[in-house]
Amino acid sequence: MNAPASRGRTDWIGFKTIIIREFSRIVRIWGQTILPPAVTATLYFIIFGSLIGKRVGQVGGYDYLQFIAPGLIMMTVITNSYANVVSSFFGAKFGKHLEELLVSPLPNWLIVSGYTAGGMLRGVLVGAVVTVVALCFTRLAVQHVFAIISAVLLTSLVFSLGGFINAMFAKNFDQISWFPTFVLTPLTYLGGVFYSVRMLPDWAQMASHANPILYMVSAFRFGFLGTSDVNLGLAYLIMVAAAVLMFSLAVTLMHRGAGIRE
Amino acid sequence: MQALVLRQLMKKYKNGVQALKGIDLAVDEGDFFALLGPNGAGKTTVIGIVTSLVNKTSGVVEVFGHDIDRELEVAKSCIGIVPQEINFNQFESVFTIVVNQAGFYGVDRPIAKQRAEKYLKQLQLWERRDSIARSLSGGMKRRLMIARALMHEPQLLILDEPTAGVDIEVRRTMWEFLRNINDQGTTIILTTHYLEEAENLCRNVAIIDHGRIIERDSMANVLRKLQKEIFVFNLRDARTTPPQLPGFRCTLPEAHTLEVEVSRGQNLNEIFGRLSAEGIEVDSMRNKVNRLEEMFIRLVDTEAKSAAAAGRTP
Ligand SMILES: Nc1ncnc2c1ncn2[C@@H]1O[C@H](COP(=O)(O)OP(=O)(O)OP(=O)(O)O)[C@@H](O)[C@H]1O
Ligand SMILES: [Mg+2]
Repeated sequence: MNAPASRGRTDWIGFKTIIIREFSRIVRIWGQTILPPAVTATLYFIIFGSLIGKRVGQVGGYDYLQFIAPGLIMMTVITNSYANVVSSFFGAKFGKHLEELLVSPLPNWLIVSGYTAGGMLRGVLVGAVVTVVALCFTRLAVQHVFAIISAVLLTSLVFSLGGFINAMFAKNFDQISWFPTFVLTPLTYLGGVFYSVRMLPDWAQMASHANPILYMVSAFRFGFLGTSDVNLGLAYLIMVAAAVLMFSLAVTLMHRGAGIRE
Repeated sequence: MQALVLRQLMKKYKNGVQALKGIDLAVDEGDFFALLGPNGAGKTTVIGIVTSLVNKTSGVVEVFGHDIDRELEVAKSCIGIVPQEINFNQFESVFTIVVNQAGFYGVDRPIAKQRAEKYLKQLQLWERRDSIARSLSGGMKRRLMIARALMHEPQLLILDEPTAGVDIEVRRTMWEFLRNINDQGTTIILTTHYLEEAENLCRNVAIIDHGRIIERDSMANVLRKLQKEIFVFNLRDARTTPPQLPGFRCTLPEAHTLEVEVSRGQNLNEIFGRLSAEGIEVDSMRNKVNRLEEMFIRLVDTEAKSAAAAGRTP
């Protein structure tokens, strides 16, 4: 029979197993997970960077390509972290294999953490792929390594959790594409990926500052360019607060069991 | 020690269905236990609550003494579950599915891989270990779920209709396998609609109907309670009326088929004597239904009638 493994050890092995499973999923369906963002990024770099970028000239004192590269990387991290968790977790719910986890002794917070880590893994992986693509078109100078790493990880964490919460609420496949299409994508485009908010009229600048994605993109861009459109302290506060709140919400939803336990 | 204790277990689903109306049940450690009942009786609901896939409305569940309200994680780690419906990821390979499940229970990966080999071999799935689960046949999928349930070597194995849609030969090897697991000390609770299976495997039985336990006894006792059996005789020559067999109730559903009800203590020789005397030749003879089946139909029937008489909706 089982040598009784300690609680912490069981949890750790379980957590690793969820990540292994998520990673194999990413690799198994690489044509849906890794290839499309690479293709999209390449197109963006060709169109905005090489063709249009030449006419745009400089933004905030940098080549347009240098300016949008961090934005495009971040956009990729955001959409991929979100997409990974929302589709994997909803798929598990829909295909019933979530039950494999629900009957196991893993606590709810660990299930949330495992899926979230899976989303972060995809976000970072695909972010790295797009970074490589970017390097084919432009130079990326690293000014603040810590800002780059922390902004990517926190953003990826926040949107992985977002995907989890979306999947918890979703009852069908429409409901997992609604939020990314109608909320996430517009907010990302308006979050200063392609332009500096300083280029906007006053009212639009004000409105942009209500968009959390602006802070994330700006913090990340700061790591490369050394300048930022927003207050960095505020940016980190927003990211950490969002992560904490969303993690608590995700665990609470799991406890309530709505949609997953009868 | 009791492997499972249920006290006044109630479940009302959100749509208003009162699936369980106060279930009291105890299953001893080491037992091979049958949970029987017609479709919709509440078997899967009971199992769902025990494995925490369904939230109970009220009542107590203890697994090896661990109350699921207070020690959920410990209770869960004692149980292995083979659900009624397929619930593995159809796009993963057989080997991956079982190894990952072990991981969710905290089994180290190297050990999990050894066990996967052991159980997949025992369940004749080793050749298919790299197949995508979706490509397995129905019977293989059931066996995969049994292998998966055993990966953390649970003390209590619960199987919800494990042999549904499985051919006779495979079913027999599954029985053999389960008997072995039980001999090695694992408590087994099984639901099935093949009563022959329950009669063959299980030492104790509970029959549940409309969310209530209507019978709970040893298999031997339940069968002993059977007062009557119906035997079917295939006659060589066609008849239009049943022969006169004093003391027996006979019917002739078809020209060549005679059915005789035999009470306990009555003698089959008597029947043959009379039939010979009347010059009726018998080609072959069999039990009309499996004995447990008869018992079962009677119990469920009585329950429905008494419910109707008492004016409550069953
Ligand atoms: N998720 C659900 N929501 C609402 N009602 C449900 C749900 N699951 C089961 N029920 C109802 O609860 C009752 C008991 O169902 P259950 O699945 O426990 O029966 P069962 O004994 O397992 O039947 P079967 O032999 O057909 O598997 C039925 O009336 C069923 O319709
Ligand atoms: Mg059932």
